[in-house]
Amino acid sequence: MDAAQAYGYMLYLVSLITIGGIYALMCLGLNIQWGFTGLFNAGIAGFFAIGAYVSAILTTDGSPFHLGGFGLPVAFGLVGAMVVTAVVAWLVGLLCIRLRSDYLAIATIGIGEIFRLILKNEIWATNGARGIAKIPLPFETLAEPWNKIGFMLLVLAIVVAFYFLIERARLAPWGRLMTAIRENEHAARAAGKNVERFRVEAFICGSVLMGLAGGLTAHYIKFIGPGATEPLTTTFLVWVMLIVGGSGNNRGAILGAFMMWTIWSFSEVLTSRLPEELAIKAAYFRIFLIGLLLQVVLQRYAGGILPERRLVSVTNKK
Amino acid sequence: MLSVENLAKNFGGVAAVNQCSFNIEENSITGLIGPNGAGKTTTFNMIAGAMRPTSGRITFNGIDITGKPAHELFHLGIMRTFQIPQEFSAMSVLENLMTVPGSQPGENLLHALFSSQKVRLREQQIRQRALEVLEFLRLTDLADELAGNLSGGQKKLLELGRAMMAEPKIVLLDEPGAGVNPTLLGNLADMIERLNRERSYTFCIIEHNMDMIARLCEPVIVMAEGSVLTQGSMEAVRTDARVLDAYLGGDDTPEIN
Ligand SMILES: Nc1ncnc2c1ncn2[C@@H]1O[C@H](COP(=O)(O)OP(=O)(O)OP(=O)(O)O)[C@@H](O)[C@H]1O
Ligand SMILES: [Mg+2]
Repeated sequence: MDAAQAYGYMLYLVSLITIGGIYALMCLGLNIQWGFTGLFNAGIAGFFAIGAYVSAILTTDGSPFHLGGFGLPVAFGLVGAMVVTAVVAWLVGLLCIRLRSDYLAIATIGIGEIFRLILKNEIWATNGARGIAKIPLPFETLAEPWNKIGFMLLVLAIVVAFYFLIERARLAPWGRLMTAIRENEHAARAAGKNVERFRVEAFICGSVLMGLAGGLTAHYIKFIGPGATEPLTTTFLVWVMLIVGGSGNNRGAILGAFMMWTIWSFSEVLTSRLPEELAIKAAYFRIFLIGLLLQVVLQRYAGGILPERRLVSVTNKK
Repeated sequence: MLSVENLAKNFGGVAAVNQCSFNIEENSITGLIGPNGAGKTTTFNMIAGAMRPTSGRITFNGIDITGKPAHELFHLGIMRTFQIPQEFSAMSVLENLMTVPGSQPGENLLHALFSSQKVRLREQQIRQRALEVLEFLRLTDLADELAGNLSGGQKKLLELGRAMMAEPKIVLLDEPGAGVNPTLLGNLADMIERLNRERSYTFCIIEHNMDMIARLCEPVIVMAEGSVLTQGSMEAVRTDARVLDAYLGGDDTPEIN
């Protein structure tokens, strides 16, 4: 292996960890919604897209093709992405949170797609199918590998910070309450818990992380267009990651994200070797592979690789 | 304290509760009996805010509470247990109890994250209380067991435990004795009496075990076909021909003797 090759592998690894980390954020978000509270959000793509576009619009320089020109620092873009997704999730929550979980899934699929269609068709704001380019990458002034490494470290720092916050919340009465709502909403109501309010809260918290992931993605690939917000690579993959890693377990969510992202991106290497007549079907092949893997994992580990553990929270502390 | 006026509930064409009126006096242990399908549980559901009445009015200490959601009623001091146990299956028995108390600072996300001292103090109190309740119910050994793994009778006890974790003014117990072994049943009755006397909880108890009703309840309200048939002391009710009729006409074994 010569130096150039090694360098190439190193860059690949950096990108693997960066994107894995971004997925880990989405998984943590979905874990709050589904793992803790039992909310079936099938519209992850929509919140991801909102976050991506908001951060892109806030941070890019002026352009005749799309709304923007605010040229704000990346941190503002990301915070903006979180604030806007929070508001949108709040509105969606007010509308839908009373629905039973399967209906909530259908409603959120629809809402997610509506967001994506709006973003695709409001060309004055988003430049439609051509997307928004020249989104600034933080650490852009650094030389080639260091800017990427810097961004990777930023993503990892964000993941670690949120992991600790969410784990703390999970072990607090807040997490107990969310689990109680997931387990039995009638009993939770009879115990004086305002189930709707807390569900909306969990829905917002989870969606905010999806919006943040969208924002980070936009900065990382420096471009955002409708193709980058496909439900396949957002909603579908994130669900698989959480289920494989262990729904209800924050470490499981993170593990699932890195593991499945690695497998997903290696599967591209595999499918690129397929004979030409099969190559057009490569995408389906990859989905099939993921589905198969999901089956295998669930056969062995019903609750995911790292299943939920709740008991620790109460007894060991006197 | 609690008064129900002309309460009615229809499920499609079926009138489960119909023109039902009664009062529950403060500090009483009121029995609510009647054959299967008489509408007792449905009445509880409406009082506790789990179901909206089709018509009628419910007042609690003079406040109209008709159609108020269950969680608001809890904070007014109305606690109910379920005929079919409703536990938090994937949570430990201890956690099931600890979930109940109101005003937990740790249920606020910001407090949970950033004011650990306050949260921890309240948690200690709540854990202490929960352990006492478990001791009382003789479930201490099961504190760490998942509630979903409990037996039917143990789940009934856990229902009761949840009621004890709240600080209610009135407790609506829906067949607390069903599936509970006789020794424990005696303790349970003792406990209800004690809570009534020492903590001035008011109780309304649905029960098919007439011995328990006879021991605890004064007055006893008899429901049949959705409305109140009669009410009075157990002695009076027991000898009422209409009551016997209602039980014999229904599919319930008459335990009245
Ligand atoms: N959710 C519901 N939908 C339709 N019908 C219902 C519903 N709940 C209760 N009913 C009907 O209403 C009637 C009264 O039921 P309820 O549960 O109140 O009886 P109950 O007095 O508690 O009887 P039991 O002693 O057997 O518990 C029954 O005929 C029942 O079939
Ligand atoms: Mg009943």
